[in-house]
Amino acid sequence: MRGVGLRYAVLVLLAAMILLPFAGIVLAALHPPGSQLDGLSIPGRWSWENFALAWQQGNFSALMRSSVLIAVVVVPLSVALATLAGFGLAILKVWGHRTLSFGFVMGLTLPIEVIVVALYFNLREVGLTNSFTGIILAEAALFMPFGVYWMQTHFSNVPDELVEAARIDGARDLVVLLRVLLPISWPAITTLSVLYFMWSWNQFMLVLVMMQDPDRRTAPGGLGLFVGQYTTDIPLLAAACLIVIAPIVVVYLIFQRSFVSGITQGAIKG
Amino acid sequence: MAHELTSPARARPRGRALRGWLYVLPALAVYLGFAIWPAITTLRLSLLSWDGILPTTWAGLDNYVKIFRDSALYEAILHSLVLIIFFSVIPIAAGLLMTALLMGGEGRGSMRQAPKGMTFFRIVFFLPQVLPLVAVGITWRWLYSDSGVVNQILDAVGLGALGRAWLGDYQLALVALGLIGTWTMSGLCMMLFLAGAQKIDPSLYEAAKLDGAGTFRQFLHVTLPGVRREITVAGVITTIAALASFDLVYVTTNGGPSGQTNVPGLLVYRLAFNENDIGGASALAVVLTVIVIAVVSAVRYFTRDER
Repeated sequence: MRGVGLRYAVLVLLAAMILLPFAGIVLAALHPPGSQLDGLSIPGRWSWENFALAWQQGNFSALMRSSVLIAVVVVPLSVALATLAGFGLAILKVWGHRTLSFGFVMGLTLPIEVIVVALYFNLREVGLTNSFTGIILAEAALFMPFGVYWMQTHFSNVPDELVEAARIDGARDLVVLLRVLLPISWPAITTLSVLYFMWSWNQFMLVLVMMQDPDRRTAPGGLGLFVGQYTTDIPLLAAACLIVIAPIVVVYLIFQRSFVSGITQGAIKG
Repeated sequence: MAHELTSPARARPRGRALRGWLYVLPALAVYLGFAIWPAITTLRLSLLSWDGILPTTWAGLDNYVKIFRDSALYEAILHSLVLIIFFSVIPIAAGLLMTALLMGGEGRGSMRQAPKGMTFFRIVFFLPQVLPLVAVGITWRWLYSDSGVVNQILDAVGLGALGRAWLGDYQLALVALGLIGTWTMSGLCMMLFLAGAQKIDPSLYEAAKLDGAGTFRQFLHVTLPGVRREITVAGVITTIAALASFDLVYVTTNGGPSGQTNVPGLLVYRLAFNENDIGGASALAVVLTVIVIAVVSAVRYFTRDER
């Protein structure tokens, strides 16, 4: 039993180390605006107005709108394209499917830095900088290697008999995908959607480079600017951080099973 | 992939194989147009001298030579290699510790029999991984500040003399920055290892127990070999995160104090969009890519399955 006690002691210590920063900013955000903080301290007066103030001064109405708009288009678009491609590669085994799969997987090791510089100038030529369309297509491209790999792996684990049976009944490719494969693929698709939402919400460098118009930046992009303007007002900054973090934490807690299976299964590629 | 050998794919009519391309084409077009084409353009730009406006001039390998002559650029690459210790090596060790602790005393290898409350710890440990790094950076900037929580804790345990503005310390800023990476990456490693450990055959633990192996030796001889593949994957993901780091550095130190936390990602951004040296930025991005591919290959080589 001594072992069990020690086990829990270490677990609690680790959890405390991970949760401490959260406790820190939640407490900080509840101090009166502009007040000087000294480490962790219980505010004398609970000041909820930081959230309203940060929302207004950080222009979070516009930032949230951009973030949501981008995510709401990027997620379904990327999931749809990845599903179609995964189907083509794993089930239809299109001509050259091995080479294509390899090409997509290679994209997993490309750092964003090698894409973003030229992407900015490429998109500037066609007027897609400072535009939601540009960001959406760029994010879809960045996420594509993982999505195609993920859906292809999922489809190649579907028993052959299932597809062949539908074929014998005379089903066309699209019908096989929509009627036979999709109904059994929702767990894989949910996981992919949740991951895409997280990546889209958290994307920073792309937004920083592509969006010069402050009103069109996303929540993390705007937070990056906000921090430069209010360096010393810790309660306000803490509130702004919590505003940006809140949506992703809620999504994580709701979908934590999908998150976890996505990151674990998806990453295992030997 | 074994079933491919017996699948009737090869016998299919050519028309269907070509029509299948229609399914792959949209994804391929977006990927080629907005990821591969820019990457190739970056490679081309790295051989040119360009300020982003005036016509380009041929520079050959000058931009590359500059990287190894300019100590700031060269040091940035070294810093990103140091970050691998904090983004990969320590998190993998921490992840293994978390895995060992979470796998429970009885029925190891089966999460269904894990002790109570383990789901809570799993959710908490993984939480930092889902947060935007910008918010993580702002939070830690405050924790590390002169009047921050880190110094407060040091004070409380009688080590107040060590207190300082950590991210402004010439010697320790890079370490302090790296430890933020440790905070975010450990949970990811844990999650990968737990997934791997679940696939281990429980009878292996039984056999080890019969041989008289204690908890620690069971972990060493059964769990550790069982999650070898997951260690490789964790190594690859975290190494890429270390080498290509940008968000965290941008909001915490922005490369300071006096360049001590410069990383390639930050300098690529600065060269391209503040100093209008597109050729230099592109060359550095290409060098970074080569390093990522080299290090990832090395990680896979050294953690490969020898059996």
